[in-house]
Amino acid sequence: MIDDREIDVLVNDVYEYYGYDFGSYSKASFKRRVERLYQMDGFPDFAEFLSKVRTDSEYFKRMVEEITVNVTEMFRDPLFYKSLRNDILPILGTKPFIRIWHAGCSTGEEVYSMAILLKEANLLHKSLLYATDLNALVLDTAKSGVFPLRMMKQYSENYMASGGKKDFSHYYTANYGLAKLGEELSEKMVFSQHNLVSDRSFNEFDLIMCRNVLIYFDKDLQDRCLQLFDDSLSKLGYLALGTKESIKYSQLQSRYRQHNKEKIWKKSQ
Amino acid sequence: MEKKPVISNCRVMLIGGSAGSLEVLMKILPRLPKIHSYAIVIVLHRKSGEDMTLEELIAVKTITPVKEVEDKIPLQPGFIYIAPSDYHLLFEKSNILSLDASEKINYSRPSIDVAFESAAEAYGKYVSAILLSGANADGTEGLKAIKNGGGTIIVQKPETAEMPFMPVNAIENMSPDGICDAEEMLELLSGIDIFNP
Repeated sequence: MIDDREIDVLVNDVYEYYGYDFGSYSKASFKRRVERLYQMDGFPDFAEFLSKVRTDSEYFKRMVEEITVNVTEMFRDPLFYKSLRNDILPILGTKPFIRIWHAGCSTGEEVYSMAILLKEANLLHKSLLYATDLNALVLDTAKSGVFPLRMMKQYSENYMASGGKKDFSHYYTANYGLAKLGEELSEKMVFSQHNLVSDRSFNEFDLIMCRNVLIYFDKDLQDRCLQLFDDSLSKLGYLALGTKESIKYSQLQSRYRQHNKEKIWKKSQ
Repeated sequence: MEKKPVISNCRVMLIGGSAGSLEVLMKILPRLPKIHSYAIVIVLHRKSGEDMTLEELIAVKTITPVKEVEDKIPLQPGFIYIAPSDYHLLFEKSNILSLDASEKINYSRPSIDVAFESAAEAYGKYVSAILLSGANADGTEGLKAIKNGGGTIIVQKPETAEMPFMPVNAIENMSPDGICDAEEMLELLSGIDIFNP
């Protein structure tokens, strides 16, 4: 298949031609994604693949879309959302204004989940949800709020397990196999492209959600991202990561306090 | 045992399985002496919503310490690691475990193929694998990758498997170094610390 040296060449070329730096992505995962794309698109050899990436910017977009993982769901890990709903939002609700950043939001399912929580806590009107991703195509889906209808049964179960009391089908209209989430949810969302590898802090937030994004990065880049989140969090702000992610070995550890056993940390100073 | 393999030079021992595999582990692990020179990594198709997590269930059955897998933790000899549910498990060449939440493979996440292929890539001939009982084809491609990399591969004797499909599928697609029942697997695993340099 593809060897490590070829992967290095690809990473260098992509950086040189497009300015995207994949050099700090997890090697195991990045290589697996590249091999998957290479096989799927049936290239005869690596040189041809490389030349296609270099010369065809549309194909490069496809590469970014396929190499970054865009699997997400609404209310993924319902107990995490239950904790947000019961413990964190009431505290944020005491603020005059709530700013939330979904870093690496992908197609936006978690952003809509958050909007539902805020709406049910009667806080959405004074909230702003910034949702960013490296990949412009997934942001288009996120903006549209249109998801496959077949997913709604699972999402409805997740919603209920997160402590949701309403009929989940209230939140969307079904049409030809698609579910469109209500626009009252997306009113307070701002979508934009942001690359965690190279872009800086752009605002101050009360809650940063970055779940199952850092797993695709190597340890150094993870540390840099955590520093970026630290710089972007207000005093007493919250950072939420994925179920198997941690700040344990980072420099944030001493200044953040974990909320129960959830992957939610409060900045203490 | 139809063939009598000996596993030496092993740094990582992978055990993959699906339906019916936990019972086999429960026969082996309580009698396995504490391991020293290698790590065991268990990749099972897991049901969510178990009362006791798989980690706890296995931890009480073995004297080898069980480590909870989180993203980017080091893989160290002398420990048992269990792939968490809802993530694929990947191996970095720098002796670190990575997690990946991408699409299910063979309807499974964790997928045995994904973990095995990744371990083969990272550890080559220093990885061995056992494939246990199960009702789908996951694991076969992963075993091939390990075999191609020079590692030793063992498949559960189908007659002893509660769900023989998974081991049978592997045997039909390659020739494993051993086809073993639980007793023979225990003997093999116990031997690794003796034969490892």
